[in-house]
Amino acid sequence: MARYTLSVNDRSAEVEAADDTPLLYVLMNALGLKGPRFGCGLAQCGSCSVLINGVETRSCVTPVSELRGKSIVTLEGLAAHYAREKKLAQAPDIHPLQQAFIDENAPQCGYCYNGMLVKGAELLSRHADPGEDVIRREMNGHLCRCGTYPRIIKAVQRAARAIRDTASRG
Amino acid sequence: MTENKTENKTENTALSRRELLAAGGALVVSFGMPATSKAEIKTGSFAAYIVGPTAQDTELDSWLAIHPNNTATLLFGRAEFGQGTVTGMMQIAAEELDLDLSQVTAAKLDTAVTRNQGNQVSSSSIEGAAPSLRSAAAEARRALLKLAAERLNAPEDALRVTGGVVTAANRPDVKITYGELIGDKRFSLKVTGNAPEKPVSSYRVVGTRVPRIDIPDKMRGTYEYLQHVRVPGMLHGRVVRPQGQAALASGVKIKSIDESSIANIPGVQLVRKGRFVGVVAADEWSAVKASRALKVEWDIPQALPGRARLHDKLRASKTTDRTVHESGDVNAAMAGAPFTVQASFKGPYESHAPFAPNCAVADVRTDSADVYSATQRLFWLRDALARVLKLAPDKVRVRYVESSGTFGHSGYDDAATAAAIMSQAVGKPVRVQFSRSDEHGWDNYGPAHVCDVRAAAGADGKLLGFEYHGWQHGWNFVVEPSEDLALDVPVPPPVLPPAAGVNNLTAGGVYAIPNRKVISHGVNGLEGWLKGSFLRSPLDLSISFASEQVIDELAWRAKLDPVAFRRKNVTDPRWHGVLDAVLAASKWQPRVAGERRDGDVVKGTGVALGTHFTSYGAALAEIEVNRKTGAIRVLHVYGALDPGLVVNPLSVEQQVEGQMIQATSRMLHEEVDFDPAGVTSTDWASYPILRFEEAPAVTALVVSRPDQASTGAGEEVLAATGAAIANAFFDATGVRMRERPLRPERVLAALKAG
Repeated sequence: MARYTLSVNDRSAEVEAADDTPLLYVLMNALGLKGPRFGCGLAQCGSCSVLINGVETRSCVTPVSELRGKSIVTLEGLAAHYAREKKLAQAPDIHPLQQAFIDENAPQCGYCYNGMLVKGAELLSRHADPGEDVIRREMNGHLCRCGTYPRIIKAVQRAARAIRDTASRG
Repeated sequence: MTENKTENKTENTALSRRELLAAGGALVVSFGMPATSKAEIKTGSFAAYIVGPTAQDTELDSWLAIHPNNTATLLFGRAEFGQGTVTGMMQIAAEELDLDLSQVTAAKLDTAVTRNQGNQVSSSSIEGAAPSLRSAAAEARRALLKLAAERLNAPEDALRVTGGVVTAANRPDVKITYGELIGDKRFSLKVTGNAPEKPVSSYRVVGTRVPRIDIPDKMRGTYEYLQHVRVPGMLHGRVVRPQGQAALASGVKIKSIDESSIANIPGVQLVRKGRFVGVVAADEWSAVKASRALKVEWDIPQALPGRARLHDKLRASKTTDRTVHESGDVNAAMAGAPFTVQASFKGPYESHAPFAPNCAVADVRTDSADVYSATQRLFWLRDALARVLKLAPDKVRVRYVESSGTFGHSGYDDAATAAAIMSQAVGKPVRVQFSRSDEHGWDNYGPAHVCDVRAAAGADGKLLGFEYHGWQHGWNFVVEPSEDLALDVPVPPPVLPPAAGVNNLTAGGVYAIPNRKVISHGVNGLEGWLKGSFLRSPLDLSISFASEQVIDELAWRAKLDPVAFRRKNVTDPRWHGVLDAVLAASKWQPRVAGERRDGDVVKGTGVALGTHFTSYGAALAEIEVNRKTGAIRVLHVYGALDPGLVVNPLSVEQQVEGQMIQATSRMLHEEVDFDPAGVTSTDWASYPILRFEEAPAVTALVVSRPDQASTGAGEEVLAATGAAIANAFFDATGVRMRERPLRPERVLAALKAG
């Protein structure tokens, strides 16, 4: 066991864990976060995704020992991350993609949506106006068992529009 | 047994609440499980899964409570899986109570709190469980109006209610709220069943597009899934098993366990009970590591047929045959008919493969147990745990917490049993999280199927005869692997309810065919098979893959447009209604299927009808086949569902969309792989499902019939979608696929064979 200082959602967190502990277990158990969740433990499904230095990463296979000095953002921190990225004076209550998923009535069970939100937010920070092909390609590593892919695609485009509108209002 | 399809439909939908309750009460209360019965086979519906009335169910206070702040808590016994059942049930109760939806809350399902409304299967909640709730809400409204009449000194028929505020007509200043009338006090009344229920024409909440109440918290990340549940003093447990399950009943045995293999992981306890092996630790990652590191030498029987010999073994097995339907004389109809088709089809074992592997938390004390589970059958699980833990059922409390969508009997009860066994062993609460391979490898698989079908049509395009022989084994859903391993209980023979056999409606039963015979050849699924259980629209994809392709082939032989052919052979206008919906949306151009197409990549369109037990489904699929690679891309699926009165069109649309995507996944990819020793498809790489890049566009069409009772909406477009894809494949290539899933190697082999 060793002590680690992690930066999670802009806060410093002291945790004690074995070197090889995947970040996911630290986020779920030591920090009690509900966003990242277990799906396969094999980096196959995207259930556990977080942003590490802005890049979508599977926390189920990322050892805690590799995260010193890196910025970890979970579902819980997406809105603040977005506000910082867009230099907004105030962070919105939730990320535009969270709102778009609500507005599109996208999820069914919603369990995979941690990954859909984290990957979708990462995608939106790189693509102002993603076409359907871009969304399908970028999100292809995230599985949904309920079959909500079409609504996710629509919601990502809806969120992109909302983000563009916010930017144009300046 | 002879039955007429239209009558059958009427029988299904017109069962009164009392009949439903009586049928289920007799079966489930007596046996604690849905057993086969003549009544169940006759209706072909899920009536036997509805339990009650228990003594408690007749008490109005068992169903709902009105609070001083003029809100209501409902205590119905149906859960949210992401399909909208809870929102729909709330709409129905709010409607009958004259409350706004915002004034209504559903209690969390809990054997100590909420009603036992039976196993949540066959998309039965709105049809089967809502009537009891509606009846209780109507009773409450009647009682509240009686109280209000006394308090306001006004005749009952002069009272109006909006949002739980009762006013007297022409006296707008005189009003009183439900909360003031009875807030948190007991009604102390029986649910008589004769309180007047609202006419459909006055509905204002039912039938509206209410967004599901669970969505905002799910998107905010504040929703509590089962995987989030933590209780004080809880340890983390993992099961240790061979990676994929071996043949049922033959049983894996332990040769040796090397405890020193986990000695270097601090704080780990080994749990061993019979052949059940688990590890428990305070730290979750330590439990995971120990479960991987523990060296167990298993004795694994080589008793499975393996995927290659699966269907031959089904056919060669001793069977218990059941005549599902017999009318007229199929032999006579076939002889001399101008158009005949005869073919065999195969369907695989399929996995539920819930996105989140199952999980449970159990706190077992010396005289009680408290268990959190995502089971679809709360009270069943309570009784099963009581048996395993040797406690009285009333000492076991099971609380439902939502996990990911599971679409039938995945490992939820097994995870709960494992947690209970480990908690009892270590004397502390234990949370068990299945690994991906525990879930994929130890599922209760949707059983495989093989069938022979023959059918005939006349020169006028009317179906003359249809005969279906299907082989499959039943559902082994009484004893979970954890119980089997821990207690060495003899695994009972599988229960074979109609849903585990050939579904009469799916086997040509939607068509008016004068001579039709359907035989279900039930294989004893005990020795040398995988554990089987219900998977969304059980067996229907395999059955419709066969029957709807045979119908399509007859249309082709008769040189008729496949839609026109179907229209000639369905009599119920509701089938025409769902066909109309998909044809209009897809701009269908009538033509004979399977015209010659050139090129490596060819397109095709297919149509099919389908259902499960109730409701009317139709689908149209547009696909693309790459003749060089064997890859199929489903481009667009149009799916229509008529579930009678639609409680929430938004929820039904979501369900229809999900069914179209999931059916595409099952049609193209899903197949459990196994060798003689056990299951080998134990993750998302070896058991692939449909991905973003392959997802078709979907158009969901909901046909509402306010004059008809509400019926299921969670399963009835799956079979139609699967068969529409198969028919589209023929349209594109001129070749019929006889085995699903339509994986590239199978497609290439079929194209080569022509």
